[in-house]
Amino acid sequence: MRTREIIAFFALIALILLAKYVLPHPMQFSPTLSLIIIILLSLTFIIIGVLTLQGKFVERRIVFIYVGAALTLPFFMQIELEVPISPEVQSAYDQIESLNPGSKILAAFDYDPPSAPELQPMADAFMKYCFHKGIKVIIMGLWPQGPQQAGQSVEAAFEDDPALRDKIRYGVDYVNLGFQSGNEFVILRMGESFKAMFPADIYGTPYDSIPILRNVKNYSNIDYCMNFSAGKPGTQEWVQGAVDRFGLKLSAGNTAVQAPMIYPYLQAGQLDGLMGGMAGAAEFEKLTGYKDKATTFIKSQSFAHIVVIVFIIIGNMAFLRGKTERKVK
Amino acid sequence: MRREIPIAITFIVGTVFIIAYFIPHYPFNQFENWFNDWFAIVAAFAIWLGALNLLKISAIKIFLKKTDQLHAALIIISFLVMIFYGFYNGFSGIMANPPYSYRDPAPGINFSWLYDYVYSSLSATMFALLAFFVASASYRAFRARNFEATLLLVAGFLVMLGRVPVGDLITQWLPRDYQLSQLANWIMNILNTAGQRAIMIGIALGLVSTSLRIILGLERAYLGGD
Repeated sequence: MRTREIIAFFALIALILLAKYVLPHPMQFSPTLSLIIIILLSLTFIIIGVLTLQGKFVERRIVFIYVGAALTLPFFMQIELEVPISPEVQSAYDQIESLNPGSKILAAFDYDPPSAPELQPMADAFMKYCFHKGIKVIIMGLWPQGPQQAGQSVEAAFEDDPALRDKIRYGVDYVNLGFQSGNEFVILRMGESFKAMFPADIYGTPYDSIPILRNVKNYSNIDYCMNFSAGKPGTQEWVQGAVDRFGLKLSAGNTAVQAPMIYPYLQAGQLDGLMGGMAGAAEFEKLTGYKDKATTFIKSQSFAHIVVIVFIIIGNMAFLRGKTERKVK
Repeated sequence: MRREIPIAITFIVGTVFIIAYFIPHYPFNQFENWFNDWFAIVAAFAIWLGALNLLKISAIKIFLKKTDQLHAALIIISFLVMIFYGFYNGFSGIMANPPYSYRDPAPGINFSWLYDYVYSSLSATMFALLAFFVASASYRAFRARNFEATLLLVAGFLVMLGRVPVGDLITQWLPRDYQLSQLANWIMNILNTAGQRAIMIGIALGLVSTSLRIILGLERAYLGGD
């Protein structure tokens, strides 16, 4: 068993080296080859289904291999999938779109690296859009890692359009206030005074000497708020603490797991818009015109969903077969 | 006094927060602001408490030579390395002109490098493993055993396919309103919202009653002991 694992480990390293130094960059399968791969994988599913009906069940390592293939192969496939826009993402976009240049938007980054694959693409698209539209962004975080994730989004915007490095000035067009402990109590206190919770930014610059924060006392001086959330404290706390109590206008980007819990706020009008998971990020990228990671990743997610569904069907075939056998006995 | 003082603090703070919500004027708003500030300070200390507790538990594991002592050593080393570079880059950044932050994703900032290329990658990898386990668990456990389970299964299929572009690709021959993305939206907006709302109202009512019991000193389990 150990030998097999060692061989698998070295095979993986060999594959990575092959991909890095031998294969062409960027490696792309032609649409025909992509279609052939999809058909072959579909055929293997039929074989697995037949074997299952014969009583030969697949072990979980086979499931892992299929999920791995479904997640990685789409990166190399030249397949364009039309991303349908959901009303909640459209609404979030419309709210930001309706802001005039020079408007101030509070961006709360309440997530950490494990959730970054889902939330970072939408945060990146949001930052690019705000910078290009001339919207001023005030960054903060109720999670310790949030401001650092925001820094990555700012950097992504600058890398996407290097001209922004000269155009967008720190302290004037955006500011990073950093992390503050206290969860929902920070949100409540900011309703009275931002400065009380953030006396200085992440560079230690006093609140009053930052140009973008002049005349920003509390939520009444903010035009809009965007929350990227992966849990608690997050969107629920922002709705309960800032929207209901201080009338803040809010849209949110949530992980796919958390999004269903946020829908009641959306329908009640407490939340303007919602971007849920990778799908929400891909929709937002499409709307803003900054197609990037989410547009690519959503292909992988599509294939992975299909693989999971097929395996659930195969599992149920095995279950029904066992049920029938028991009845016969 | 070990019980009376915490109960008194809970009663005063809880009552002030309730009154300040309905009467957000002086002096209640002032009290609320003070308590919010205090909470932020206490929470900041709690972070340190948690970190030091982790160090203590890990150190004990090493001294007692427990089976996972290697992991404990790794935790301590990682903790100390991150904290060293956090302080080092933090202080040197504030002293620099122009100042930089240890959080800046710029070359030469060790904390940021460790965060981006070690912590982020490892965390995302751990979380990504969920995809494999969810698939495997669904294959083995997601069964249409009865009517309710079948309903859940069908709703799950519709939402899983409807939330990704491939759903509309499969059903593009149908009228727009009947395509999978629209069905998924309907499930999320109507069925899911109704269920979530019922759960939320139930939780809220439970929270109100539990909070009142704690504020009035009837519920004392949070103090420990009996």
